[in-house]
Amino acid sequence: MKFLVICRRELSSVFGAFIAYILLAVFLLLSGYFFYSDLIFFILFGGFTLATGLWQFFFLDMRLVAMLVLPLVTMRLLAEEKKLGTIELLWTYPVRDGEIVLGKFLAAWLFFIAMLVPTGIGPLVFYHYQPYAVAPVLAGYLGMLLLGSAFIACGLFVSSLTENQVVCAMVTYGILVLFWFITWNEEAGMQEIMRLLLGLSLFDRFFNFTRGVIDTKDVAFFAMFVGFFLFLTWQSLAARSWRGVR
Amino acid sequence: MIAAERLTKRFGAFTAIEDVSFEVGAGEIVGFLGPNGAGKSTTMRILAGVFPPTRGRVRIAGYDVVADPLRARARVGYFPERVSVYLDMTVAHYLTYVGEMKGLRRREARRQGAAALESCGLEAVRQRLIGTLSKGFRQRIGIAQALTGTPSVLLLDEPTSGLDPEQVAEMRALIRGLRHERTVLLSTHILPEVEAICDRVIIIHRGRVLALDTPANLNRRVRPNSVVQVEVRGPAAEVARTLGDVPGVLAVHTDATGNGTVALTVSTAPDRDLREALASAVTQNGWGLRELRIRALTLEEIFLSLVATEPSETIDEIPGDLPA
Repeated sequence: MKFLVICRRELSSVFGAFIAYILLAVFLLLSGYFFYSDLIFFILFGGFTLATGLWQFFFLDMRLVAMLVLPLVTMRLLAEEKKLGTIELLWTYPVRDGEIVLGKFLAAWLFFIAMLVPTGIGPLVFYHYQPYAVAPVLAGYLGMLLLGSAFIACGLFVSSLTENQVVCAMVTYGILVLFWFITWNEEAGMQEIMRLLLGLSLFDRFFNFTRGVIDTKDVAFFAMFVGFFLFLTWQSLAARSWRGVR
Repeated sequence: MIAAERLTKRFGAFTAIEDVSFEVGAGEIVGFLGPNGAGKSTTMRILAGVFPPTRGRVRIAGYDVVADPLRARARVGYFPERVSVYLDMTVAHYLTYVGEMKGLRRREARRQGAAALESCGLEAVRQRLIGTLSKGFRQRIGIAQALTGTPSVLLLDEPTSGLDPEQVAEMRALIRGLRHERTVLLSTHILPEVEAICDRVIIIHRGRVLALDTPANLNRRVRPNSVVQVEVRGPAAEVARTLGDVPGVLAVHTDATGNGTVALTVSTAPDRDLREALASAVTQNGWGLRELRIRALTLEEIFLSLVATEPSETIDEIPGDLPA
């Protein structure tokens, strides 16, 4: 259970720094604003249902905020340990590399949950005045959790490659934006390639959740995406055996 | 307690260490001596489990570092060359965290952390953030972190580097206090440090082990005679002849002449201080004695002499650019 020790230390370090509260505040402010404006839009122009008229826009907007904020959460995870050199001591404690990766991932994931929970205030207040079917909202939040996990796993991997946090955030943005835009140019791509790319696109997978649809294929995709990047992170830590330690 | 068998580590085409073998018995303090870049840190890192060797194997208390890493590492306390601790934690919290990482329960981790604080003289700063402490304190926190979890083997990579003289003395006293309780491998490039605290010395150079012996034996091996440096105002040839006649002097070498003065290197029998005899020989002749001092052998000279006395099949080249 050493990964819990790592996770706890990481969280206390995250919440001990000012930047955590900035990130939380910005995330909450932006998602609160999006909820408000999407709600106004729905009231003024309406839609067929709440799910397609309001929740879909809310989650699609929140996705952007998550993409903006999460790389800033993950950039320090391993990069800072490498820069400080604390990772060398970590490697000499009786703990597996996998537990280090897991502990770091879990810490960022819990921080993400701490970011997500307050965004429920808007929908909660809305429910107080106008009760609605909650299932689509829960599906949307599940989608957010899965999408966030994918962002975190990707950011954690990049963080294992460099000790420069700015480089780390930039490269993570690069990868995530690429995964986002990968299917935009549908006409240009050959059909077979397009099908493959659609299968890989994080955001197309996310789309179903925003409409209140939970497809096990989508859940499995996110699980595999996370697993793949955690595996890469694990391999990247193991690379010290031939790359050495600064 | 520590058994290293034919360790070789390569990074790409670069060979950091080659065929390094040694054993350290329980309760011993062994010095690991070598110039910068000799492969000390690489060897220490392999022993601590940071990365595996390319070839060879290490056993700590009987457990293979590569095949059984968790058991082996649980018995090792490691002090890295670059002391790095989390700057945003208090000293007490950090040591509790280290204890937990080493597999202790929370309460036991707290207790051992407090004990390590005490033995390293950190009680006054236990609630301070590590980032606000000086290098000397951080170094001690590094030692405290190695001691936490009561590992039987301690690997200390240059624990006194960067400390002021008083702190160096304290650190040495601390390490000497571990004798018999723990097995200590202490790397350094400072010779007096090894002489002060170590039972045996491993000398490593360019990734190979040159010698493995007690400090006294090594001294005998590399210091067959003492050397006195003399500078005299007087006729060069005559001064050299006169000093050569002083009883106990083995050889006189003229280093430089000029401006009516002469600088000489006088080799004398070991363990004899001939400075007064040399001084009176100079003054009796009416020459001016400008300088007279015993020259301690530098680490460089010790390495050079060790390299020169090694059989040629283990050493294939004479180093010319050793840092002192």
